[in-house]
This record gives sequence, structure tokens and C-alpha cells, in this order.
Amino acid sequence: MTERLRSWIHANLFSSRLNGFLTLVMLALLALTLPPLLRWAFLDAVYAGADRSVCGAGACWAFIDARFDQFFYGRYAPSERWRINLAALVLALFAAGAMWPRNPRRTECVILLVTLCPLIAGVLLVGGVFGLKLVPTDQWGGLTLNVVLTYATTAIALPLGVLLALGRRSRLPVVRWLSIGFIEIWRGVPLLTVLFMATVMLPMFLPDGLTLDRLVRAILGLSLFVAAYMAEVVRAGLQGISKGQYEAAAGLGLGYWRAHRLIILPQAFRLIVPGIVNTVIDLFKDTTLVSIIGLFDILGIVGQSTKDPAWLGLGREGYVFAAFVFFVCCFSLSLYSQSLERKIARSGGH
Amino acid sequence: MKDSSTGLWPMKNAHALLWQGVLLLATGLLALWFGGNAAEHLARRGMSLDFGFLGQTAGFDIPFHILPFASTDTYLKALGIAFLNTVLVAVLGILAASALGLTLGIMRLSANWLVRNTAGVIVEVVRNTPQLLQIVFWYVGVLQVLPQARQSLSLADTVFLNIRGLFVPAPLASPATLPLLAALVLALVAVPLIRHRLPDARGRTRWLWLVPPALLAALIATLDGWSVPKLQGFNFSGGITLPPELVALWAGLTLYTAAFIAEIVRASIAGVGKGQTEAARSLGLKPWLTLRLVVLPQALRVMIPQVTSQYLNLIKSSSLGAAIAYPEIVQIFAGTVLNQSGRAIEVMVIVMLVFLAVNLAASAALERVNAATALKER
Amino acid sequence: MRERARDVLKRLALCAGVSAALAVTTAGAMAQSSLPAPGPTVEAIKKRGELICGVDAGIPGFAFQDSAGKWKGFDVAYCRAIAAAVLGDPEKVKYVGLTAKVRFTVLQAGEIDVLIRDSTLTFSRDVQLGLTEVAINFYAGQGFMVRKSLGVKEASELNGATLCMVTGATLELNIADYARAKGVTINSLLFEKTEEAFAAAEAGRCDGYTDDTGSLAAARSTMKVPDDWVILSTVISKEPLGIHVRDGDERWRDVTFWVDAALKEAEESGVTKANADDLKTTSKNPFVMRLLGSEGDFGKLLGLDPEWALRAIKADGNYAEIYDAYFGPKALGLPRALNNLWTNGGLHYPLPFR
Repeated sequence: MTERLRSWIHANLFSSRLNGFLTLVMLALLALTLPPLLRWAFLDAVYAGADRSVCGAGACWAFIDARFDQFFYGRYAPSERWRINLAALVLALFAAGAMWPRNPRRTECVILLVTLCPLIAGVLLVGGVFGLKLVPTDQWGGLTLNVVLTYATTAIALPLGVLLALGRRSRLPVVRWLSIGFIEIWRGVPLLTVLFMATVMLPMFLPDGLTLDRLVRAILGLSLFVAAYMAEVVRAGLQGISKGQYEAAAGLGLGYWRAHRLIILPQAFRLIVPGIVNTVIDLFKDTTLVSIIGLFDILGIVGQSTKDPAWLGLGREGYVFAAFVFFVCCFSLSLYSQSLERKIARSGGH
Repeated sequence: MKDSSTGLWPMKNAHALLWQGVLLLATGLLALWFGGNAAEHLARRGMSLDFGFLGQTAGFDIPFHILPFASTDTYLKALGIAFLNTVLVAVLGILAASALGLTLGIMRLSANWLVRNTAGVIVEVVRNTPQLLQIVFWYVGVLQVLPQARQSLSLADTVFLNIRGLFVPAPLASPATLPLLAALVLALVAVPLIRHRLPDARGRTRWLWLVPPALLAALIATLDGWSVPKLQGFNFSGGITLPPELVALWAGLTLYTAAFIAEIVRASIAGVGKGQTEAARSLGLKPWLTLRLVVLPQALRVMIPQVTSQYLNLIKSSSLGAAIAYPEIVQIFAGTVLNQSGRAIEVMVIVMLVFLAVNLAASAALERVNAATALKER
Repeated sequence: MRERARDVLKRLALCAGVSAALAVTTAGAMAQSSLPAPGPTVEAIKKRGELICGVDAGIPGFAFQDSAGKWKGFDVAYCRAIAAAVLGDPEKVKYVGLTAKVRFTVLQAGEIDVLIRDSTLTFSRDVQLGLTEVAINFYAGQGFMVRKSLGVKEASELNGATLCMVTGATLELNIADYARAKGVTINSLLFEKTEEAFAAAEAGRCDGYTDDTGSLAAARSTMKVPDDWVILSTVISKEPLGIHVRDGDERWRDVTFWVDAALKEAEESGVTKANADDLKTTSKNPFVMRLLGSEGDFGKLLGLDPEWALRAIKADGNYAEIYDAYFGPKALGLPRALNNLWTNGGLHYPLPFR
């Protein structure tokens, strides 16, 4: 055992003089940074308490404990929070069904995920029907809001992105140029300005009496922005389809739309799922920008909680916690996308 | 780029025209509808679109500016000053992110387990958390716990770090500074060009590389001394001040972009393939030369377009400075100016056009670089 | 090579396309400049069944949400009074919390009916922004809060200091004017949100914090150790805070103006939340009778019913009751001073109900 360990250390840490030196430098750096970090995060940390008087030199996780529900549910009425949980469960079930590779009804799951699921989740969250109490969207917040924004935006942006990608490859100049213009404009401006336009200025461009909910406006802004990025992902997939496939589809006598729906897009999608997942990860991270324009997503709630007199000045704990939540979600999604990529590469791709 | 295979579905010219006409009409009508609504809103308040407000006096100060700015200057000048701040943080970010990203990427390919995995952990943590969160964390979580001005951390009493920012000595220019600086820049451009043009004389022109360092040494030697920051009144004066907002935004943009660049570097170098490396080794090339002459040129071709899009992302993300009070274009122009002048539509059109223009210009310039590296390969 | 040329062409065409799209929108916006009829805001509110009121995103005193998420505050009480007058129910308000930066744009865009958000009434907001400044509900001035340990007594000693503040207000303009007039340098650090500016001041990023005097009292109360901070006696500006609506609906302006006047008139005539119902039947004071709708048809003239002011007063009480609830000795402890009625040496002078 020790022999194997020694040979592993030799091969991986001290294989050459340079490597040995690097190992020592690295160890020194880690010895400098890790102990204080661990002491702050765990050893000196306080895990429970009623207000900031319990906090000491280390992290004050008691703050997170006290605010945990708000970070997840925002100001959603506590008696109604089971609706969020139920919606999340439904979503998780269908998402698992859609992602599990050996599910015989996978296609159906995907279709339900973008049709029935938003409907169920919407009814559950908004309420106002079936005896459910109406919960106005300005009470939504926390991580729930990030997830809602991500999910709704993906559901709108993905189909729009497919259309834009087809448009960009179209033979008709007007279609092509409009698609290119749309894609490049949205890709050329920062998301923050798009969100500002959508949430603050959009009512100026709509007739009186037509008011859209703040959250809906944010989703619209995000969707247009993300659709441009989705379009580029889809376009890359379409470019990976060989010319023969197109010719075969045409040879079968299929029209443009049927050929794309039955032959081209299904193949392209197999190639671009990792790209789509990556775009969704970026979108999920970017939903935090809504905190700047005054929606209380998890980042906004954390910022606001640090103003609470009982927990004043505990921003660091709040932000570390939010980062941890995002890391868990995004990292697991990116592992999934990587495994898909490997599978595509193994199966020969294109 | 154009997809020839759509030619498989021929469309009658009349049909094609009809469809395109309908689409164009619909788009135009939509634009008119939006415009009409906006006009109605404006008219009801007795206003109209007018860019004349740019000539009005700003009336506010900008806390951090590279060129002089006073509250008596115009909104247009405020736009310029804020734009320069955006450019400053973008340029600093791109430089630092490239260096850090390359380092992290090569670390991830290291044969050393510890080095490889430390870099891996850093890259994954950074890539999988929101950029805004990181920037706010650097500002609130890290920089705001720095000591007050009187208890500054100092390095040999010349460089000071406190909650008000990083204070470094500033060189004082002498008459010789400007010409020497110009010569230095010229030399840095000219030397590689000359060596490129005279490939036969490569060995004999190697000494040319001594010119820039010599110029730099001369530049430093002829300086009129240094302005060292000193504690005065509320704060340090003298030297150069990097406010914490700039440092936090710079750190946030750099680290985030570097993590993505590291991943690109790793993937493109790994993509070159073992065969190439082994072939070069068997030709007797040293590892360093193998990397420089065989691996990097090939990897670079794959890398450049991807890294370009990361640079463009960084430029756009610099707008997140608005969240931590860094006076860049979104904070100053789409914030303060928009609010003072009430010209929401005009201001947003200008801001979006500026970003579009910068993006198109940057992607065009970087495409040139791309074309040049591709050409060299032949 | 031809590829590259085509690429450059593409780029040029794209630029042209973008400009064309913008030009079309701009032209559309410019084409329809004929003045439409004023939008009947009251009708829209009644049809919608709720008043949409723009308030501060969160500052003790003016507008904040309690732990249950319910909106409270001085400006919020005003929203409630207006809702009670127009809709008959002070609860029928949808609050939109706004940062200083976006408030006027949101009002201009038409998302909210009225903006009551500790906002200063100024010339340019009235004339240049296309807004109507209805009434002043709080007289304030721009003041300073600094750390006690600095030993600063007056604002003129702040030469070289850095001040934290919220952007999008008159604050940064006043500071610039003040510094220019006094020949001193004051660096202003502009934050998007109040809590960010507080946090930065607390952390010591700035030497002090500046805001209107009403918000300063609130700011001090939320500091970690309020006693570490001192509010300077210097006040460098006039900040009459009040109600803003969009230009173009005179009737709506009238309603909001007279709700404000009714609250102040109620204080002057001794009408309170508790005794309003009684006074409606018992009072013989003609002003009170007209105010409470037992005489005359002031409500009808406004397009409302006779009891509009009665309900407005019953929502959260008269002006004094509202002030005391949020700025009185039991709350933030801000002396009324200028915010007294004219009869007590203050500036509030409700126009007569005649």
C-alpha cells in the first residue's frame, strides 16, 4: 500500500525537479489560504442564534439559518409555500424523465416539460383559480424567482432561437437579414440595458391600458436576449448536418418545414443539447441581474437582508451561501452536459 | 456560410417576394406601432425626441475620471468620460484575464496532480457562480473589510491599501518622457515586424529585442521623480488612486473571464493531439519548443474565435459596474444623466449604439488577428 | 481575401440595417406629434380596481415593508389616502418600490399612476421631464451624517472628503454646487440602492453619508451603532418632497392635490381618524362640513363621491397623525419644524375648501 502511495506521489507530484518545485509552491500557497478560510467557514463559525449578537470572528451561518426560507421563497406567503414545493416537484419529475437516457417515453417527457409543466407550475404559483389564493408576482422572490425566470425564458427562447437560426440560414434575403440583425443586436448589447428597457421603459412603447406584469416584462426581455444566443447554438447544430441529409429529405418529397421537423432538427438537436444546457446555465446565472432593476431574486433578497437591523452587515455570509446554491445547481448541470458531449463524441457525432 | 441546401426547396419568385414583403411589412408595422405609442406618450407630456440635451450642463461630478471633468461640463462630455471608464476597466480586464486564463489553462494540463486540480477547482467554482455575485462579493465581502485610511496596509511606505482604494506612486513626466514613450511603443511594434520581414536574418536580428528594454530603462531613468501617496486630511493624496469600485469590478471581470479562457486553452491544447507532440519530440524538439512551434500555433487557431467572444462578453459585462458604484457608461449615462435629463429613449438608444459599435469594432479587429494567424499557418 | 471583403460589407450592411431600424422607430415617434386627449387616470384606476403607487424601494420613515411584507410609511399613508378617496378602500393599492434612479422614467412610462417617493419638486422635473408637481408633503433639506470620530462639526470642513449617496436624486447636483460655491472638493460616490450606500458608509468607504433630512434620520437609525454617527447642523439645500404625476391629466392632478390638502385641512380643523365620522354629522364649521361632504358637492366636482375626503382621512388619519406615526417622537424622532402647519409656524398651508 505504502509502496503504491509512494509511487503515486512520485509520478504525480515529484516526477521532475520542476514538478517538485511547483508542488512545494502550491502547498505553501494552500497552507497560507486554506487554514484561515476553513477556520472562518467552519471552526469559528456560529450556526444558530436569534440575532447578530451571537456572531463571532468566524462566519455567522445563524443569519442564513434565520433567513433560509426568505432566500428560497422570497416574500411568498408562508402558508402558501407548499405550492412552490409542489411545482418544483412536478418540474423535477418531468426534468428527470427528460434527462434519463433510458426512459422509453423520453420524447413525451420533453414535450410535457415545455407544455403541461409551465401550465401546472403557473396555476400553482399564481393561483386565483381552483380555490388557490392569488399570490401577486411582486411577492415572488428568492431562488424561486431565479428558477421561474430561467424556466419561462428557456421555454420562450428556445423555439424562438430555432426560428432565428433557420431564418439566418434562409435563402430569402429579407428573412436572412432580419434574423441576422435581430441576433447581432441582442448579442451586441449588455443584458443589463435590455432588462432596464424591458422593465422600466417598455410601458412607454405600449398603448395605455395595456399593462404587463413586471415579472412578465423581465421574462420577455430575457427571452429576446437569450433567443439570440440560442439561435447561434442551433445554427452550429444545423451546420453539423451533412448535405446528404437535406438531399435525402428533399428526395423523399418532404417540404421545407416537414423536412426540418422530421429529419433535420431531430438530428441537430442531438448535437446541440450540450450547447443548450450551457446556455441555460449562463441564463440561470444571469437571472441575478434582475436584482439591479429591483426584483428580489436570491441576490436581491440577500442584499436586502443585510440591511435588517438584527443581522446588519453580514453580506459575506449571504453571498457565500448564494454562491454555494448556484454552484451546486450549475455544476451538476454542467456535469450532465459534459457527459452528453462525451456520448455524442463516442457515437461519432457527425 | 450561406446554406446551399435550402436550394433544395425551390420557391417561386413570386412566392418568395410575397413572403418577404409580408414579413417586412409586419416588422415595419410593429416598429411603427411601438414608435407611435411612444410618440403618443411623449406628446401627452409635451415632449418629443430631441438629442439637444447632450449640450446641457451636467451639474454633477464624476468621482473617478481619467481626463478632467467638472460639474460645469456637458452631458456629452460626461458620456465621453464614462465611456473612457468603461474602456479602462475593459482593457485592464482583458489583459489580466488573458494572462490569468492562459496560466490557469496550462496549469490544468500540468502533469502535477496538485497543480492540475487546484486550477480545476478554481475554474469550476468561478465558472459555476454568477458573475454579478462575484463582483458584489469582491466589493462588499472583501474590499469593504479593508482597514480605514489611517490604518492602511502599506508596502515600504510607497504603496498603500485601504478601504478607499489602492494607492500607488505615480511617475512624474519630464520633457524626455513623451518622446521616449512613443519610441518604446514604436519599437514594440516594429521589432517583430522587421524580424518577420527578414526571415533569413533571424539569427542576426535577434539583438533587436534589446531595443525596447533599453528604451524602457531610459524612460524610467529620465523621469522627474515619483509622486508618492501621503496621508493628508481625510485621505491619501498624490500618486495614483485605484478606487475599490474599479478594483472589485476588475477582479470580478478578470477572474470570471479567465476561468472561461482557461477552459478554452485547455480544450484547444488537448485537442491538438498526442501524435503531434510525440512527432515533434521524436524530431528532437525540446518540450518548450514543441509547445511554441507545434502545439500553440495549432491550438491558437482554435482558440482565437472563442477567446474573442469571451473578450466581447467582458466588455458587455463591464456594465455590471453599475451595481457597485463604478462610474462607467451604464451607471453615469444610463443612470445619472437619464435621470437628470428625463430623456429615457434618447439615452438608451445612445448607450445601446455605443455598445453595438464597440462590439462590432472589436469583433472586426479581432477577426483581423484571426485571419493573420490563420495565414501564417500556410 | 474576397471572404474578408464580403465580411466587411456584411458588417457595414448590418450597421446600416440597425440605423435604419432605429430611424424607422424614431420617425414613427416623431410623426405622431398631435396632442391626444388627456388620459382619464381616475377612470383607469376605477376600472382596474386598484391604485398603482410608486414609492421608495425601502427606507424607514417614508416607505418600507415590514417582516410580513406589508407596506408602511409616510408616503405609503398618502397612497392609502388617495386610494380611499378614489376607490373607497385604502387597501386597494399596488405598491411599486422604486430606486431613485428609475422613478421618473417609470412614471413617464405610465406604469404607475402617481409617484410619492420622497422626491424633490424642482424646475427641471416639472418642465423638462414632462411631469406635474402636485403638492409638497414633506419639507426637507440636504444634510450630512458623518462618523462622530471624525470630529467634523460643519459641512464646510468636509474638504477632500468622500460622501456616499444614492444616485438619481438632486443630491449629487447639490453637492457639486455646494463644493463649487465654497471652493472645496467633495467626492461623491453614487450608489444604485439605499442599502448599498448605507453599507458602504458603514464600512468606511466614505467619510459620510448625505441625503435629505427625513431620510438621514432613517439612515442613522439603521446604522450598526447609531450613536457613532452625528447629523451635521448644516443643511445645504431646499428639498421640498412631494407628489408627482404625469403631465396631461389635469383631473387626476386635482384629485391628488386635494387629497393632500384635505389631510392638512383636517389637521387644521381638528378632524382626526377617530372623530371624523362624528364630526361629519355634528360639526357646524362650514369648512369641515364641506371637507367631509355634509355640505356642498366638492366630491362631484372632482368626479368623486361626497365622502372622498372623509375616507381619505379615515385611512391613516390627518397629516399630524401620519407624521407622528413615522417621524414622531415614538418613531424616528424628527421634530416637525418646517413641517408644522402655518398656524404653528410651519410651511404647510392647505388651500381653503371653498
